[in-house]
Amino acid sequence: MRLRLVPAETNWDFFSKTSITFGFSALLMVASVVAFFVIGLNFGIDFRGGTTIRTESTQAVDVGGYRDALAPLNLGDVSITEVFDVNFRDDQHVSQIRIEAQEGEEAITPETMAVIQDALRGADPAITFPSVESVGPKVSGELVLTAIYAVLAAIAAVLVYIWLRFEWQFSLGAVAALVHDVVLTIGVFAVVQIKFDLAIIAALLTIVGYSLNDTVVVFDRVRENLRRYKKMDLKEVLNLSINETLSRTVMTSVTTLIALISLYILGGDVIRGFVFAMIWGVIVGTYSSVFVASAILLRLGVKRDWSKPDANAGTQFANVDA
Amino acid sequence: MLQISLWKRVVIWALVALGLAYAVPNAFYSRVEQHNDAVAEIELYGATAEREADASAWPEWAPSNLVNLGLDLRGGAHLLAEVQVADVYSARMDALWPEVRNALRGERATIGTIRRQDGPEDELRVRISEADGMPRALELVRALAQPVVSLTGVGSTDIEVAGQDDIIIVTLSDAEKLATDDRTIQQSLEIIRRRVDEVGTREPTIQRQGDTRILIQVPGIGSASELKELIGKTAKLTFHPVVSRTGDGATDPGPRNVIYPSLDEDGVFYVLEQTPTVTGEELNDAQPSFDQNGQPAVTFRFNVSGARKFCEYTGENVGQPFAIVLDSEVISAPRINEAICGGSGIITGNFDITESTNLAVLLRAGALPAELEYVEERTIGPELGQDSIDAGKVASVIAFAGVLIFMALSYGLFGIIANVALILNVGLIFGLLSMIGATLTLPGIAGIVLTIGMAVDANVLVFERIREEIKAGRGPARAIELGYEKALSAILDANITTFITALILFIMGSGPVRGFSVTLGLGILTSVFTAIFVTRLMIVIWFERRRPKALEV
Repeated sequence: MRLRLVPAETNWDFFSKTSITFGFSALLMVASVVAFFVIGLNFGIDFRGGTTIRTESTQAVDVGGYRDALAPLNLGDVSITEVFDVNFRDDQHVSQIRIEAQEGEEAITPETMAVIQDALRGADPAITFPSVESVGPKVSGELVLTAIYAVLAAIAAVLVYIWLRFEWQFSLGAVAALVHDVVLTIGVFAVVQIKFDLAIIAALLTIVGYSLNDTVVVFDRVRENLRRYKKMDLKEVLNLSINETLSRTVMTSVTTLIALISLYILGGDVIRGFVFAMIWGVIVGTYSSVFVASAILLRLGVKRDWSKPDANAGTQFANVDA
Repeated sequence: MLQISLWKRVVIWALVALGLAYAVPNAFYSRVEQHNDAVAEIELYGATAEREADASAWPEWAPSNLVNLGLDLRGGAHLLAEVQVADVYSARMDALWPEVRNALRGERATIGTIRRQDGPEDELRVRISEADGMPRALELVRALAQPVVSLTGVGSTDIEVAGQDDIIIVTLSDAEKLATDDRTIQQSLEIIRRRVDEVGTREPTIQRQGDTRILIQVPGIGSASELKELIGKTAKLTFHPVVSRTGDGATDPGPRNVIYPSLDEDGVFYVLEQTPTVTGEELNDAQPSFDQNGQPAVTFRFNVSGARKFCEYTGENVGQPFAIVLDSEVISAPRINEAICGGSGIITGNFDITESTNLAVLLRAGALPAELEYVEERTIGPELGQDSIDAGKVASVIAFAGVLIFMALSYGLFGIIANVALILNVGLIFGLLSMIGATLTLPGIAGIVLTIGMAVDANVLVFERIREEIKAGRGPARAIELGYEKALSAILDANITTFITALILFIMGSGPVRGFSVTLGLGILTSVFTAIFVTRLMIVIWFERRRPKALEV
């Protein structure tokens, strides 16, 4: 007996409630944008400059004690959070201290660092500093720009590739799904306030890649079915294609999720945010390839018969894009 | 029909075997590393019994390339330094001033007296008393211009000269500035490399980044502060005649003199002649040692011209003090007891042994042409790196097991074939990473885990397609053939688009992000290869042996 996540034969209508799914997606996107502007992202030092110090001690983390020890140093905005992980030993207590960029300094100077470490040793003699990272405001500004360019470049490259391989309607559908995924991911980061740093940008681009993977597989089938069923209504072709590829879509999402969840739980706290972004991206990406990319393709219509100038038969907006 | 010609089979297996052969050394990481180190040492310093023993721990004929571990896995320090290239401009202007003075002196009659004026650091301003002589003065100064020696600067000269009322303004031309910047960076790179190499840490990465930045990554060093101390000092050593000693730092040193603080004694300042007698550039060697009181010190040796200058100067100034200055601080100001003509000397100060060792390193490597400003630094402790490796290993194994079980449950025999391919796939990724000498970072491990999840996708596409073809009533052989045929375009399109994003990550990303993009990109290549060649071959071989009447996928 085989494990089947999806029945062998499905004939579900994915577009009977497009107004609801579109509304749902639109609502979430608006919520994401609002969250981004109202709550804001918890930017890591990569993007706003400053220093993070990871501390480790055999004694329990005393956030108040650390704060008191650092207070006389006038370091400006200091945030201290305790870090938990299943891999830690019983006597391994880790915290993350973030200090804003100091006036007139790019990366933290050894002098400032020595003063900070001495102060913390005063609060906890057993403390050690497994990692210190410091990014100057000059570099962080450039990193922000590079990150934005990278995401835009990825989306543009994909737009062009799909346009070359398929039609522009497919291309728009795929890119709409990508934008949807990226916006929702940024939104969720604003809500849960996980540190948003360079690694998350890598995750975003991977989400772009993954979501696209899904979308392209569906579109590939749509293209094939459009050739095979010349007379079939576009909506039915899309439904058929999605149903046919549904088993594969679910299988791949599940195997990827198995791998990612294992990494999320056991992979250590350093990459947890990164993995979280990807898990979210896989879920959203799978959803969007059906309910955003294909639904937009349905709205835009596809030119099916190249012998006539306008033959968007079967679509209600047939003459909009002729 | 389901046929794969023999030579294709041979090529496919040979590629797999080659990739796996390159992956194997990583399973014996420390042993191979020891072997590689020993081989390198034998080449450099000759063989010893111990090195021979280490070298023979891994067979000579086997591949010995390893995946480099990134800083986040091995621990170490990362610095991004911005070279203050403009520092060099003012030095250039200072050097130009005597030339300008000499050129104008001959024409006193038309130009009048000349005097250097204060101005911005990268300008040379000279006032002439007879403003009417300006055209002649400009002509003379312009004659000093040299053609720029660089590819882009062909046809332009190194200085630009302008007249403003009675002031001549000399600046470096843009082409010359570019050429100078380039030289400054090259020089800085070279000196930083020498300084870092002196300490003998393994595999430091020192490379130019952008126009004026230098990236320095040193695995295994304790902290970025340590690394900064090593390379951070300009280490400009100079010997100056002493004019006077004072307790007041605000004293006006007088023309052509400078005032520098003492390194050891608080509140003591020395007024020195600005032009040094000898500089650190004329040193041949410097070594840490001890002075006659057993205090750590640095002995140095001048080269021929330095030794001659020093001999002449000390001979003429017996009984006078002279100052040894390092980066605008007076290390010591001993009195000259006799002419020092041996060409060597000793620097004593309040050093401890590490400081004297570091100073010797700095002096040997030479001075940096410009100051460095650190714009980014990261230190990762080796324990944290080890923790990350351990966590990554556990997570990968569990992820692997989960996917294998899931695939076997879903597709039976075909699932197991896909699983074999998946294992080969991870082996191939490691093989490729070792072959190209890529660096594995923590996000890189995440990339591999993600690939484990996604690599099955191509196989899933094919298997689902085979299921459909069976459902459509095709025979087993035809179903397998059509399954591969029809799934191909989806596999390629899906993987090419993902590969595009990996490529963009590689081009635009840096550090860990780049490490991730490399494993992701290689993972896509190997998973497509295993899916459309290796699993297909395995299925065909199975099919030829069994000739099943019906397929169960």
